[in-house]
Formats: sequence, C-alpha cells, structure tokens
Amino acid sequence: MARLIINGTPRDIEVDPDTPLLWVIREQIGLTGTKYGCGVAACGACTIHIDGVATRSCVLPVSAVEPDQQITTIEGLSPDSSHPVQQAWLALDVPQCGYCQAGMIMAAAGLLMQNPNPADEDINAEITNICRCGTYNRVRAAIKLAAKAGEATQRG
Amino acid sequence: MNATISLSRRSFIIGVAASAGGLSLGFNVPFIKPAHAQGSETAPEINAWVVIRPDDTVVIRIARSEMGQGTLTGLAQLVAEELNCDWSKVTTEYPSPAQNLARDRVWGNFSTGGSRGIRESHEYVRIGGAVAREMLIAAAAAEWGVPASECTARMGMVTHAASDRATFYGQLAAAAARITPPANVTLKDPKDWTIAGKPLPRLDTADKLNGSQVYGADLKLPNMLNAAIRACPYFGGKVESFDAAAVAGMPGVRTVVQVDETAVAVVADTWWRAKTALDALPIVWDEGPNRQVTSASIAAMLEEGLGANDAFVGARQGDAGAALSAAGRTVTATYAFPYQNHATMEPMNATALYTPERCEVWVPTQNGEASLAAAAEAAGLPVQQCEVHKIHLGGGFGRRGNFQDYVRQAVSIARQVPGTPVKLMWSREEDMLHGAYHPTTRCRLTGALDADGNLTALHMRISGQSILAAVRPQGMQNGMDPVVFQGLVLSGTEGTLGYTVDNLLVDHAMRNPPIPPGFWRGVNLNQNALYVECFMDELAHAAGVDPLAFRRKLMAKHPKHLAVLEAVAERIGWDTPAAAGVHRGLAQIMGFGSYVAAAAEVSVTDGQLRIHRIVAATDPGHVVNPAQVERQVEGSFVYGLSACIYGECTVNGGRMEQENFDSYEVLRMAEMPDVETIILPSGGFWGGVGEPTIAVAAPAVLNAIFAATGKRIRTLPLKNHDLA
Repeated sequence: MARLIINGTPRDIEVDPDTPLLWVIREQIGLTGTKYGCGVAACGACTIHIDGVATRSCVLPVSAVEPDQQITTIEGLSPDSSHPVQQAWLALDVPQCGYCQAGMIMAAAGLLMQNPNPADEDINAEITNICRCGTYNRVRAAIKLAAKAGEATQRG
Repeated sequence: MNATISLSRRSFIIGVAASAGGLSLGFNVPFIKPAHAQGSETAPEINAWVVIRPDDTVVIRIARSEMGQGTLTGLAQLVAEELNCDWSKVTTEYPSPAQNLARDRVWGNFSTGGSRGIRESHEYVRIGGAVAREMLIAAAAAEWGVPASECTARMGMVTHAASDRATFYGQLAAAAARITPPANVTLKDPKDWTIAGKPLPRLDTADKLNGSQVYGADLKLPNMLNAAIRACPYFGGKVESFDAAAVAGMPGVRTVVQVDETAVAVVADTWWRAKTALDALPIVWDEGPNRQVTSASIAAMLEEGLGANDAFVGARQGDAGAALSAAGRTVTATYAFPYQNHATMEPMNATALYTPERCEVWVPTQNGEASLAAAAEAAGLPVQQCEVHKIHLGGGFGRRGNFQDYVRQAVSIARQVPGTPVKLMWSREEDMLHGAYHPTTRCRLTGALDADGNLTALHMRISGQSILAAVRPQGMQNGMDPVVFQGLVLSGTEGTLGYTVDNLLVDHAMRNPPIPPGFWRGVNLNQNALYVECFMDELAHAAGVDPLAFRRKLMAKHPKHLAVLEAVAERIGWDTPAAAGVHRGLAQIMGFGSYVAAAAEVSVTDGQLRIHRIVAATDPGHVVNPAQVERQVEGSFVYGLSACIYGECTVNGGRMEQENFDSYEVLRMAEMPDVETIILPSGGFWGGVGEPTIAVAAPAVLNAIFAATGKRIRTLPLKNHDLA
C-alpha cells in the first residue's frame, strides 16, 4: 500500500513497492499523459514534478516517494491548459507527434520554476528530453515565450 | 425542413469573414439555432470525405495517418478549401480500413510513407471537397427553386443573392446527401486558395498539451490485460523452450504464451507486472544460423561488392568505364552508411480483441490496410470479420507501415485469451533489438577531371542491402531494387540526379546481410545524398574550384536543383567570409518529388564540433501549409543530424548491440542548430516534404567539417571519428 498525492488528490494504492512511479501513474491511477519512452531515465518522456521539481518517473520506485510529497503530472499542471508553458506551446504550435511533449512541457515548467528567465545554456543543460520528430527549436522558443509571459505576469 | 435565413432580416455587421471571404453582400450572419431542430443526431455524409453535422461542424475524413508530420491538417485544408466551409468548424476523423474495404476503397490508399500523404492524394481529396460543395449548392437551389448556377457557397453557407437568401451547410446537409454527385467539378487554381496554402495552426495541438491525446500505448478497454514480449534477439533465431511455471505465481500474471516461433509473451493485469515477470522468465533460445555475423563481417561482404563485376544499373550516360580508363586524373573515395533504428518515441504496440468470430485491433499504424491484412492473417479469419481502429502514432518514420509484426503478435496473444482485449507493448529494448533497420550500404565513387577541372566521368558503385528484396519483392524489377537509386536516376518525377555528367554509371551490387531492413525516414536518399554530395565536394577540392562553382557547371540543365542550391548559398552568405572559426558546407538532392538543399555553418574547436546554423531550401511544387513545411524541414534536420552524428546499430554475435537510448544516442536540444527554411514552390508538380531535407543534413555538415578541419569523414556516424 502506498499513499501518494497526485495532482492535489491523496490516493491510496495497492502496489508492489518497487514499481516505478511512472507505471503507478499510468496503470494504477490511469493518468496516461505521462509516457514511457525508455525505462532508463534517458529520454525524459516520463517527466513529472515532485514538489515542483522535474523528475523522471520511470526509474523512481514508488516507495521512494514520501506520503506528503506533491506529485504533479501533465494532467495536473493546470486545470485548463492555461499554464504559461502550455500557452506558449499552443501559441507556437510546438508538438508534432506529441508523444514526448508532456515530458518536455513538465521539464520546461520545472526549469522555469527554478529559473524564471533561462538563458540558452540553461535550457541546453536542463532540457535533455529526446524528441525524434525534431521540435527542439520550437521547444526552446516556447520556453522563452513562457518566460516572457511569466515576467509580464509578475510585473502586471 | 431547412432553416433558411433571409439575409435582409440580419443586422449583424462583421468584419473579418466578410472582408476576407468576400461575401458580396458585405455582411455576415450571426450564428443562429436552426429554426427547426434536426430530429436526429445522425450527421449526414455528403460524400466519403465530408460529413456535416446540424450544428455546422464539418467532419473531414482523413485516410492517411497522422504521426506528427501534419498531414491531417494539410489534407483537411485541401478538402475545406474546395468545400468553402468555415475552417473554424472543421474537425477530422479516420475512416477505418474495414470501411474502406467494404466501400471499394473509396478513400484510396491508407499507406502513409514516402512523403506521399498529400502529394498523392491532393487531387482526389480536393475533388471530394468540391463535389460536396456542389451538392450543398444544389440542395439549396432545389429548396429555393432557383438555378444552382445563381447560388454561391462560402464560409459554410450557400447564398442566393438575387432572392436575398442564405443558409448554413448544417441545414443543407441532409438534403445534399441525397443529391446525385456532379460528374465533373473544376478545382480551384492554387493561387486563389484561402484555406489551403496558408500557415494555419495544426488541428491536433490542444490535446497534446495536457495529456489527453490518446496514443496506442495509452489505450484502455474494459477488462483489458497487458502483454510484454520478448522475441529471440538473434536474427533468424527461435524460441527453444521457456519455463512458464517459474513465473506463473508472480503478481498479476495471467498466462505465459508462445507468440510464434520466435517470441514469448507474459500476459498480466498491468504491463509493468507483465514485464517484471518476463524479465524473470527463463527462456532458452535456438540462436539460429547467424551467430557469426558481426558488423565487421557485414562490412567485408559489402566491400567485396564494391569491386564485383555484376551489378544492377540505375543510371548510365556515355561510357564511364572507358572515360575513367582514359582519364588523365581520377579521384576515388569510399563511403559507408550504417544500420540505424527508427527509434520512434512510442514503442511498438497493438491491442487486440479476438473471438472465434471476430478480431478487432487498435493500433498506431502508418498503413491501416496493412494492419487489417496482418490482423486477419494472424487471426485466421476472413478480412470481413476483422476491424482495425487507427490510433494516433507516437512517431512512425517508416517503422509502422510495411511492418506489422506487432499486430501479428498482438493477435497471436489475443487468440490465446479469447474474449479479452490484450494490449501488447514492446519495451524500448525490444524496439531496439527488433527494428526494420535503415539498410547498410557502401559506395565507391570514381570521378575523372580534365585539365580544366571539369568532371568528365563518374562511376558510383553502391554495394549493400536492398529493402525491397526483403520486404516488398513484388516491387523488384528483374532482380533489381530500383529504390536503391533514389535521387540518382536520370528520368522520372521522384528524384533525378541534379548533375549532367557526360560519362556516368551508377550501379548496385546487391549484398543482403541477414539483418531485417526497412523504410526509414528518408530511405535510401539519405546515404545517396551523402555519397554524391560529399564526393562533389571532394572533386571540387581536387579541382581547386569552389564547391558551389564546381556544381554550377554541372547543373545548367537542372534549373530546379540549382535554384534551391543557389537559395541556400545566398542566404548563408556563401560569397562573403564566415565569422572567424566558422566554416561552411553545401549539399543538394532531389527526392520524394522535391528539390532540396542545405548550407551548414560549423566550427570545430579542439575536436569539438558545433553546428551553428543550417539554411535549408525546398521546392515541393505546391505548399499546402507553409508553417507545417517549415516544421517538417526543421524536424528533418534533427533526424538527419542524429543519423550523421550518432546513428549506428552495430551487429555482434548475430544481434544488435544497442538496446536503449543510453547506447543509441540521438540529437538533443543542446546540439540543435538554428534552422532557417526557405520554401520555394515553383508550381507545376507536387513533391513531398517530410523526408527529402533529411538527406542534405549530413553532407552539408560533413562538407563544412572538411572546410573547418581538412578531415574528410566518409563513414557515419561522426561520433566514431576524432576531429581534433
């Protein structure tokens, strides 16, 4: 039995303790926006937030998550796709196939929380998710757009 | 029945639609509820391509598969353009492969590959839209008792100006569906397009931002079980035995099944539990006949082909052999291109529900009809008793078209748990070990230069693997695989060589190692462009001539090839010095019906490559959505540069060595250069977009690396070379 707070809702889940959090989210909770891409934390498709920190969930055993930690998935990033990163993604029409994009968006949102105005080098260092369709340049532009929107909000 | 609106009763003055759409009356109508609500929820199908709901929603049927390339939006734009509907009310749906079969393939080819989605179906989908428009007009005219010729259709509304009447498509749809379709329609001149040709946002973005887009891997069905599979990692090997009892008691496990001769699957309540049990399952492999095969043995096999006497001729002009023998000066180089994996982000998967009477499959597929055929075959049922539901793809790149191995496996598993849907998903490791790999080839090029540095003869000997021989032998021509010569042939519309060489021979010694090859985004154009464009650079260098000037001399009869090359050269500033430490390279090729070129700027510092900038140009004839073309070109450089820098599957002991992204590296954000895209549609033909520019990525960069370092890289990937 594990207690997890996912997108603000506490959930008690019957699960083998060494199950990776990714599979608990996808198969026990039924939130499939978080993707499996590699299972070895190499591609970032499984990126979620734990207490606001972007985390690759495919190698994290569910037993390593504390009961009071806040887990946020793409479904919980905002109730209506209104998060500045989602809005920037929409404005620039970033996704192609889209499979990696939930992870990209979560990684980007995590980066902006730590660093509201990241330079190119910061983006290079922090956004190491794999996209095979090739959206990288639009991802970069959307992160900068979201940063700008965030600035405007703070000033506003 | 139809709610006809009298224009004179309307007072709603608007700007955008009227001014842009040119409603002659200069005003538009507010959206009003039908005066008489439609009694039924059934939405009338005007024709195979167009369904219009009473609320004016236009459902456009899309036969090709959307896998990120934007074809869904582009094809919808083409239908909507002719339909004269309101784009904001357009939605899409996939007809199913079984429906296509039952309706005499009314939607044509479902296969989505070879950058053919739009270029092969633009005409019939536009006709579909135009026919539907004429039927809507005829329905309105009949309703009003006026000649159809006096009615116009625009923005989802038919108008009869003379009697001051107008009505929305949603009100006309039921009647229009009963109209006999016109035998002939005139398609618009692309210069008059208002929906097609425009950089409209994709129709499928919103669901990809919040996790609601359902991929095959995400599918949930009532009572569904999950399967993890392991196929023999040795090519040509089989299952000898496995000990199901060893894992039968593990949590969640329902059954352990042999899938075919080559694979074993564990079926469990969740995929993670299935995979956990599979990892614990003792399996003994019959390792098959290829345990001695290695990358080195394959290289030796191909090397032999470079000098072999027998070869299939793909292009011949003059007498290259004689001219090379007589030449005062020749240049020779040998290039090599490795196996690569598609590595779609979504691993292969399919969900199947089997009963003795019926088999249904849900699958992300590039070819729904091939999926249906595979499902029927694996189910042992007539195709009429099978159905395939196409699910959005998490990448395709050629892996999910011809090859329906995952469908056959899913059905084979489902047959062993009849009545229960089973979702089969491959692990990344399974995906890497059981690819349909980009084939490996080598190429020896020999060119003759005269005293003035002109290229007088060229022999390109390709040695290596045929895709068609392995996967589509019916496409072979007297033993020859014509696809091997992509971009190198002298005639046709698919991809001709952009150079005139008086004495030319391009031939292929087919050498097929026991590794399954497949159509990989860009297919054979990738290596052919590398071979010919890097060698052109070598020849120019040997002749002491600027690479652009050297090419120009050979391209006088190839103005479209030259135009894209000149465009990238001009934009990158070829005739002006680059920034200190920055060096440039060029490449051009024609493939998938389009003319493409690239210019790269790179620097190499202490052996470290940095690609600063790519300028790419494409002439696909017509452009349906320039924003999507730009994205495809950008994305193609990610694919092409991944291949150039990292892409390599090595064979050892009869199996692939790379099993995941930790050993099969791909390009990431930090290495991604700026890409500027120049779109130069010259009209008169329809070329593809998703693939061709991949091919110029590697040669442009490698030529720039030569300019920077004097090192000529002739074997991919770059990661194996020391640039210091």
